[in-house]
Amino acid sequence: MDTRDTPEQAELRRAARQLARELGPATVADLDDGARAKRLTGAVHDAGWLELRQDGGGGPVASGVESAIVADALGGAVADVAFTGPALAADLSRRAGCGATDSAVVGFAPNLIDPAVVPGRVAATPIYAVDAAEHVDVASVLVPTGPDYRLAQVQLDGPAEGADLTRVIRRIPAGASLADVHDQRRLLTHDDVAHWSALGLALTSADLVGLMRGVLDITVPYASERRQFGVPIGSFQAVQHLLAEARCLMEGSLSAALYASWAVDELAPDEACAAGRVAKAYCARAARTVCETAVQVHGGIGNTWECMVHVYLRRAVLSSQWFGDDGEQLLQIQRTRLGVDTPAAPSSGRPPGPAAPSSGRPPGPASG
Amino acid sequence: MDYRDSPAEAEFRARLRTWLADHDPGLPTSSTDDDYWAQQAEWHTALYDAGFFGLSWPGRYGGHDLPPVFDVILDQELAAAGAPPRPSLGYLVQGITTHGSDDIKDRFLPGLISGRERWCQGFSEPDAGSDLASLRTTASHDGDDYVINGHKIWTSYSDVADWCFLLARTDPDVPKHKGISAFAVPMHQPGIEQRPLRMINGITTEFGQVLFDGARVASENMIGAPGEGWRVAMTIVSHEREPGELGFVARYAKTVDDVEKEVRADPTTFRPDQLDEVAWAFVQAEMLRLHVCRRLSERLDGIQHGPGGSVDKLLMTWVEQTVGAAALAVSGPRAALDTEDVPLKVYLYSRAQSVMGGTSQVQKNIVASRVLGLPAP
Ligand SMILES: Cc1cc2nc3c(=O)[nH]c(=O)nc-3n(C[C@H](O)[C@H](O)[C@H](O)COP(=O)(O)OP(=O)(O)OC[C@H]3O[C@@H](n4cnc5c(N)ncnc54)[C@H](O)[C@@H]3O)c2cc1C
Repeated sequence: MDTRDTPEQAELRRAARQLARELGPATVADLDDGARAKRLTGAVHDAGWLELRQDGGGGPVASGVESAIVADALGGAVADVAFTGPALAADLSRRAGCGATDSAVVGFAPNLIDPAVVPGRVAATPIYAVDAAEHVDVASVLVPTGPDYRLAQVQLDGPAEGADLTRVIRRIPAGASLADVHDQRRLLTHDDVAHWSALGLALTSADLVGLMRGVLDITVPYASERRQFGVPIGSFQAVQHLLAEARCLMEGSLSAALYASWAVDELAPDEACAAGRVAKAYCARAARTVCETAVQVHGGIGNTWECMVHVYLRRAVLSSQWFGDDGEQLLQIQRTRLGVDTPAAPSSGRPPGPAAPSSGRPPGPASG
Repeated sequence: MDYRDSPAEAEFRARLRTWLADHDPGLPTSSTDDDYWAQQAEWHTALYDAGFFGLSWPGRYGGHDLPPVFDVILDQELAAAGAPPRPSLGYLVQGITTHGSDDIKDRFLPGLISGRERWCQGFSEPDAGSDLASLRTTASHDGDDYVINGHKIWTSYSDVADWCFLLARTDPDVPKHKGISAFAVPMHQPGIEQRPLRMINGITTEFGQVLFDGARVASENMIGAPGEGWRVAMTIVSHEREPGELGFVARYAKTVDDVEKEVRADPTTFRPDQLDEVAWAFVQAEMLRLHVCRRLSERLDGIQHGPGGSVDKLLMTWVEQTVGAAALAVSGPRAALDTEDVPLKVYLYSRAQSVMGGTSQVQKNIVASRVLGLPAP
């Protein structure tokens, strides 16, 4: 066992963080700088990161670890570029034996947990294409075929919406009709979808780890600079303890998320999902607490649109909900480990329904 | 990055698993029962004699010179077998290894590691807890010895110890951090009186008070140089804060396993909030296991964590207290009806984790100033 990055992984981590820092938004106003966003999109494309989950001959070009390294780096800079969406689409296409494109997107059920499963020719509920690249015009959905699935596509002609200011969600209204996918060479099995979900859990967890690191990188220096009562607010023990707790939550999240990213390609689907659920449950709760701490430490300015902190918090809301928040993961853990009778995980094509509400308790006990 | 066992690790795991199948002493959970402590020495020597203890420590002193990640395997297999955790004394080994002379190492490490000599740690005093450097126990030079006078408290396992890793003031005339020295003091002598304390969960072996009244220690038993005691103490406490050094992961995993078994027997008799607590305890314990994997892997680069140990201590504390809370939740009214209820004892014991080894508030102070670099209050 050796959980360290290989030299190549360490180099990817360094390069991805540098690129994200240089081209990601440094201020809220930067989000409107189209030229910058375009450079960022081009750089991510040129780096080849959108191809990591494409077919590399007998498996993906790179393992879940590499994709998670990129997701973590982009989350850390709240980089407004599609990555996890295209990575998931590439992974699903690869498993279905479809030809590679580096810009596609998967449609999700309204709970943002399950891939959209459309039994007929027409979608009965809205479909959400999460983290679609700008020029993508169709989303993939699953069509039940015996115990398996084939892929179909719906047109992305609906509006863009979502809390996250850095990633686009396109809503396809109910009633959208399906177009066949012709180059699918294999049906997707339950295991395929479970394995794909494990990737989703790992990448959204990695994004949350990045968000925690990034928002602390803004907040800790702010606490050292901002003065009240003639001293930096970061010298107050109450503020110090909030930030210390946040740092711990980030470190613990990283440890759980690294394993989930490794598990994607190294463990059987059920085990990979189990690793993903642990990571996601921990990271979702932790990220919520860490981002809320960042708002609190910034005081009034932290509650304004102009302050970067809410960009992190908003992105954390989407990354938490996408593939299920902590409450949803805990339900699935109860089902698999405790034998509690709750609906099965996304991969088994469970009926879409609202995600369980998060119980919202922060990862550390209040008194410890 | 690879979480799989290497061939050597797999071989070790298989050997350990086979051994555990026949040698689990079936002791009660360490944190809840005095019987555990009565038999802990046997467990220690059994583990050691079978070649499963002191894995990452120098072979010269009875260790096995293995990479630190082998301890993760040990913890996992102990938990899976439901066996007791490994004895927690890595921090003392680190303290002696870092600061002791060759003579001190040769004299004390083999017995400490093999479990044939048992140790306690005499740092805290009634008026020197978080502010450890204000300790008042004195050690005064007298011929070839030092003479010890003072009062230690919260000294874990002092009543079964052969040796005390003691901090005492050897020079009252210098600033408080500079006048402290560390000693290996023999516990079996007339000048030492033990007064056991009863913990909130009822056990009496966890800690006690130790009174030194003219106790003697040979000068050659000083660990580190005169006045180096504070540095020695900091080495020890920084390792005492690392879950990888303590092996508590196995204890948490075992409790989670016990609680899960109880729920699985009939999940319909538990409320959703109880089920949530159990699932969350599993998540927390699993996070800590993975965190220890990462920290022990980082040691392969020679990284010693120093103040980062405080991050790990806080994570470990939250895990222990979450696991304790889950045990209490599942026990429900039983915990209120029966003072011997094991989950009640596990829960009550878990509250100490945010105090022992430096309180959570002290850990947060350290993280704030030394990890985050925030300005001094
Ligand atoms: C189960 C157990 C086993 C132990 N084993 C040993 C042992 O083997 N050997 C040994 O030497 N000691 C041992 N200890 C002692 C332990 O290290 C001390 O209890 C601890 O350092 C706290 O000191 P104190 O009890 O004097 O509390 P105090 O220092 O009086 O603290 C009381 C409260 O004040 C808070 N506080 C104090 N200073 C600050 C500050 N600067 N900022 C914010 N808050 C502060 C603390 O967080 C705490 O909540 C053990 C303790 C326990 C509970």
